[in-house]
Amino acid sequence: MSILVDENTRLVVQGITGSEGSFHTRQMIEYGTNVIAGVTPGKGGQKFDDKVPVFNTLDEAVRETGANASAIFVPPPFAADAIMESANAGIALVVCITEGIPTLDMVKVHAYLKDRNTRLIGPNCPGVISPGKCKIGIMPGFIHQPGKVGLISRSGTLTYEAVKQLSDLGIGQSTCIGIGGDPIIGTTFTDALKIFKDDTDTEAVVMIGEIGGTAEQEAAAYINENLDKPVVAYVAGRTAPPGRRMGHAGAIISGSEGTATEKTEILRNAGVHVAETPAEIGATMQKALS
Amino acid sequence: MKIHEYQAKAILKNFGVEVPRGYLAETAIEAKKFAAELGGTVVVKAQIHAGGRGKGGGVKIAKNADEAEAFATEMIGMNLVTHQTGPKGKKVRKVLIEEGLDILRELYLGIVLDRTNGQLVFMASTEGGVEIEKVASETPEKILKEHIDLTVGLQPFQARKLAFGLGLQGEQVKHALKFFNALYKAFMESDCSMAEINPLVVTKDGNVLALDAKITFDDNAMYRHKDFAELRDVYEEEPLEVEASKYGLNYIKLDGVVGCMVNGAGLAMATMDMIKIAGSEPANFLDVGGGASAETVENGFKILLSDKNVKAVLINIFGGIVRCDRVAKGVIKAASKMDINVPVVVRLEGTNAEEAAKLLEESDLSFEVGRNFQEAAEKIVAAIA
Repeated sequence: MSILVDENTRLVVQGITGSEGSFHTRQMIEYGTNVIAGVTPGKGGQKFDDKVPVFNTLDEAVRETGANASAIFVPPPFAADAIMESANAGIALVVCITEGIPTLDMVKVHAYLKDRNTRLIGPNCPGVISPGKCKIGIMPGFIHQPGKVGLISRSGTLTYEAVKQLSDLGIGQSTCIGIGGDPIIGTTFTDALKIFKDDTDTEAVVMIGEIGGTAEQEAAAYINENLDKPVVAYVAGRTAPPGRRMGHAGAIISGSEGTATEKTEILRNAGVHVAETPAEIGATMQKALS
Repeated sequence: MKIHEYQAKAILKNFGVEVPRGYLAETAIEAKKFAAELGGTVVVKAQIHAGGRGKGGGVKIAKNADEAEAFATEMIGMNLVTHQTGPKGKKVRKVLIEEGLDILRELYLGIVLDRTNGQLVFMASTEGGVEIEKVASETPEKILKEHIDLTVGLQPFQARKLAFGLGLQGEQVKHALKFFNALYKAFMESDCSMAEINPLVVTKDGNVLALDAKITFDDNAMYRHKDFAELRDVYEEEPLEVEASKYGLNYIKLDGVVGCMVNGAGLAMATMDMIKIAGSEPANFLDVGGGASAETVENGFKILLSDKNVKAVLINIFGGIVRCDRVAKGVIKAASKMDINVPVVVRLEGTNAEEAAKLLEESDLSFEVGRNFQEAAEKIVAAIA
């Protein structure tokens, strides 16, 4: 089993005719993802690569194709609108790859999603993959292998690093979720942990955090009280100076809150297996599973 | 993006937030002139992007124009050291001359993002002039919070709760409500990521004003505010970071000796961590983006090698969609154009990593190849031991 995405995922790509959107749509199709529609306002009626129908609106795409998940590749000024359009059309899972969405736009999106049955992953994330079944996003598919370890991460390439370490040790993954590097994201560590908890085929979880905010601390409290499965964690940024935004909009230590050391200690105290270095994430999981 | 106090106050004033009358002076003579114009007691405030200015001698009360001139002479050109500037301090280039006020109470008011709830929150406290983090850790019960539902915005009852919660009375309440609404409007329409009025003062005649003002803008929203670009003060930034920003590079200078160039922010932070764990200190954060093209690598080298502290460079690239052999060719092309006189270790992982390692080893460059993350970090630290 896996969570969020699998063989039954029917994906619509928002921004399918843009350069990022078209490139990654081809990559997703090549991986085996069931891409059944695209949306680019004004280009309705066209066919992407002669096979995927393009629609003007999400509503139309859902009505005509029965899409149940969307991937967003539209530029930052239009991304919040794209998320809300998906939610309004009843899409159950929205994966927003776009980096650079204004924070106040996301505050509005957050309020809009509150009473709707839409799960948002991201923004500013690599996406979600259930190896061998379905990939929504920009991650390199080949580093993954099917298995029983779930992964949740705020990062992109550091996630690939961790996945590669796992696969090299023969540890496959059930589902890997890039939750995103922005201050406001749709799905938090705790949200993702709750879903992994109920997934009978996920035996353990890797969590890759970073400086900024308190999401790792909240996850630690959840793990401590609710989760029996082993969790391995690494928190990046122990050499990061306070008050500086380290690439990701959400990776900033404000005052003395949100340091890597603090987060690591709280996770350790919650019984999490902490990888001492980012090169030992795979090895730490191997030990935790043995 | 950070701005100066005088700039923040000018923006807030446009939205109807009460601020003291004041002028920006770049010379002591100007300071004297403005002080005379304001009349009576004035405050001379050094303009740098850091808090704690008062303790470092950057805020002084002058009884008359001559005293204001004397304080301005002292301040302009001085290196102001506060707990936020680091030991080197920051050079003062401008001072704000403001009218003195008859202050009855000093309070705190801020708008920040509550990341956990995904909402904006107004924070107010009777402990004005004290850092809010300190109040939060020592006397959290003294902080009033009002979360904002963005679909309706700041509601009058919320503003009233804050005003009465702060113990304001009569005229003061009226002024405070107007102040809160104006600050909220300024925050929303300027795409702020933080606004802090510390202290918010109540004067003896019942007025409510921003004695200090700190606002930062959301970098992601700057495309909506092209006019804010001119508020940037490059003197407040690290020169190498200014240079890097011209190339569109995401670079932050640190104090260590191992320069690093990485694709992706998370991996870049992890690489800095690895350098530290291996026994050295990172000289910077540099994310060259997912693709790591020859051009960005070349610009990255230029920036890293301009830092005189850099004794070695570690390149750590995870080639996912972009193939490692292509990245390697880019690195070789960029490096062969430059005079690189420090040891360089390159680690390329992902698609075609082996071909990439071979290309690097067979090139004319004296770069070392790290076969994995650990080995790369150990090699770079060994190279400068």
